[in-house]
Amino acid sequence: MSESAIELVGINKSFGSVRANKDIDLNIKSGTIHGIVGENGAGKSTLMSILYGFYQADSGEIRVGGKKVAIASSNDAIALGIGMVHQHFMLVQNFTVLENIILGAEGEALLNSSISKARSELRRLEKEYGLDVDPDAIIEDLPVGLQQRVEILKALYRGADILILDEPTGVLTPAEADHLFRILDQLRAEGKTVVLITHKLREIKAITDSVSVMRQGAIVDTRKTAEVSVEELAELMVGRRVLLRVEKGDMRPGEVKLSVRNLTVVDSRGVKVVDDVSFDVRGGEIVGIAGVAGNGQSQLLETISGIRAAVSGTVTLDGKPIDVTGAADPGDLRDRGLAHVPEDRHYVGLVLPFEEYENSILGYHDRAEYLNGPFLNIDAIRADARMKIEQYDVRPRNERLKTANFSGGNQQKIVLARELEKDPGVLVIGQPTRGVDVGAIEFIHRRLIDMRDQGRAVLLVSVELDEIRSLSDRILVMFDGKVVGERSGEATEGELGLLMAGIDGKEAAE
Amino acid sequence: MEHSFVVAIQILDSTIRLSIPLMFACLAGLYSERAGVFDIGLEGKMLAAAFAGAAGAAVYGSAWVGLSLAIVVSVFLALVHGFASITNRGNQIVSGVAINFIAAGTTVILGQAWFAQGGRTPSLGGEQRFTGVALPFAEAARDIPIIGYIYAELISGHSILVYLAFFTVAFTWWVLFRTRFGLRLRAVGENPAAVDTAGISVTWLRYRAVICTGILCGLAGAYLSMAIGAGFVKDMTAGRGFIALAALIFAKWKPVPAMFACLLFGFLDAVSIRLQGSPLPIIGPVPTQLMQALPYVMTVILLAGFIGRAIPPRAGGVPYVKER
Repeated sequence: MSESAIELVGINKSFGSVRANKDIDLNIKSGTIHGIVGENGAGKSTLMSILYGFYQADSGEIRVGGKKVAIASSNDAIALGIGMVHQHFMLVQNFTVLENIILGAEGEALLNSSISKARSELRRLEKEYGLDVDPDAIIEDLPVGLQQRVEILKALYRGADILILDEPTGVLTPAEADHLFRILDQLRAEGKTVVLITHKLREIKAITDSVSVMRQGAIVDTRKTAEVSVEELAELMVGRRVLLRVEKGDMRPGEVKLSVRNLTVVDSRGVKVVDDVSFDVRGGEIVGIAGVAGNGQSQLLETISGIRAAVSGTVTLDGKPIDVTGAADPGDLRDRGLAHVPEDRHYVGLVLPFEEYENSILGYHDRAEYLNGPFLNIDAIRADARMKIEQYDVRPRNERLKTANFSGGNQQKIVLARELEKDPGVLVIGQPTRGVDVGAIEFIHRRLIDMRDQGRAVLLVSVELDEIRSLSDRILVMFDGKVVGERSGEATEGELGLLMAGIDGKEAAE
Repeated sequence: MEHSFVVAIQILDSTIRLSIPLMFACLAGLYSERAGVFDIGLEGKMLAAAFAGAAGAAVYGSAWVGLSLAIVVSVFLALVHGFASITNRGNQIVSGVAINFIAAGTTVILGQAWFAQGGRTPSLGGEQRFTGVALPFAEAARDIPIIGYIYAELISGHSILVYLAFFTVAFTWWVLFRTRFGLRLRAVGENPAAVDTAGISVTWLRYRAVICTGILCGLAGAYLSMAIGAGFVKDMTAGRGFIALAALIFAKWKPVPAMFACLLFGFLDAVSIRLQGSPLPIIGPVPTQLMQALPYVMTVILLAGFIGRAIPPRAGGVPYVKER
């Protein structure tokens, strides 16, 4: 076997005028775990898509196992032994595990024999790599950790020697992530090559042998993981020094601003997604809600902000009740000083085809300062938008640009500027830094701390445990719709991780 | 034999006749929609096929030539829909509506230009139609009480297309759940990205699905003008393409339930025809129009009230675009 599993030489790729990959040279050693880090839009995914045959490079050379190859489609990549585990799983939700694994690799026109062949092959792979999964389970019934395992099995079933994982831990609990790393370890021990794409620097440190850092389409450095610190990596990624942990002073809690009592929410399938949840948020504190995605945090947030109706329970804002079981009106809540930065800015927070200035007043468009009789006062709105762009450092500085053309981090700043500049008493915010660059994260965190220091109440929901831990004064952990534990902001990751996995609070404390 | 038994058999017999075009069209829709291409142009394809079949049979004197032409025309229209919605990622509803309009207009214009009978085709007879085939021993069995009678009257004596329709139900189930093509077809309607990353062409797979749709719509149309009818009449599909779609949703995109749904709609149709003009008990005489509307009213009621949650193929109606 050759020393290098994959060599990329002088890879270039442009989309229109954007150079997504610039002169990429990369050498990934066989039998190692190689990390690729970089901010969003640094070109990591493009590079991997070229390797997996989704795109063709404009120029450059790919060598697999020392031989020059042309990868024109996913088929070519699979034939060369390259497997990919996508960030969004490429699984058919209502198929069984087996059906998903054989899809595209059935072998024969009739399914009977290919399914039984796959079943025995799967048993062998399970034994070899410790990847237990019920072959007849339906994908949508499986937790994400297991779904990911199916993706890995899919690649191995196709005989992959090189496995590319794109942001694999984004949806996992810390325990599931640990399990994934053990699997990757096992794969390395069996001589497989793993390419790990991530923006979580700690994961790079924990598992990889070497790491390449990408910035603005280029690889800025490739290092042995053991010889580089997390701080150095962050600096390489952003191009300047970054504070990974926000500084914050002691909290000075005021009176209770937001109070939730026995809140229960049922979804369209009749499942209790929020189950008898009670808590208070005081002025001057940030309360973080931790939990693996899908344990009711989203629904809790939507109910408090008036988008979703609860079946029972009460919520009071500044001592006055919100009609959460009936028709709470988000517009009315806004007038009462509750601002909401939704989890999914694309679907809830912004109208992407609108120009920036239009989004900058969405929901506040009926305020007197934006109106001119029955009409919108466009000049005033644009001036206001320009001011917010300045304050929040939104780039490019153009209020007439279509919102879809801003990057994720800048879109988030647009939403934040809109909600925070009205000086709300209570801020309810979901996934504030999802899809946001390291540089912008620092800014957003700073703003949230400022809010708290000005005596506002902040309710923060995030699946990023680091974010919860560095910002929150108190942490509530949700599992299966219930609040299963409350910890101080100093709680350790292990402690929270156990709670997030649904292990009883008392056990976790021991 | 009791009168009511004979009437019941007659109604069931016409139930079968009337549900066949629905069954073909419904299965046609099933292939396309399972692959993620919504098709409200079933109606138009059926109509065009009915015309092409009748015209071909009239000109060449053979039902089989007519059937072949019906299928060719219908597949062509299906490919047009495919070109618009798969290759050019157009809106599938708009494309379907366009096909319906084109078929409704073109059939009448061409019919008038070619045959000058007010948009009709000449009426077909003999070899130009698909007539009933007697199954073995049908006549001998007729005198056996009940079972023999049912065999002779209800099961035997239909055109070959009727038997083909029932066979197609079983065949479609087998294709869908027992073959590689079926697995991929179901997958591409749920998550085309999964199919694409598995190294299978989404485009080619969806084209094959719409070709199946075209073939089956061709059979549905040919049955209308050449088996149950004897020639093409303007707008002879009369909304059957849409009822077939309703049946497809009612059956939750599954072949065997689709067959039963079509039989149910066929039954309503048969009953409404049977009851026309005859006064109902208690209610008394009912206007013909009301009886004719019955199947459609029932469609609305069934779809609104009894269907439960129908989850369509998740990628249905959405053109596949590779993510950046």
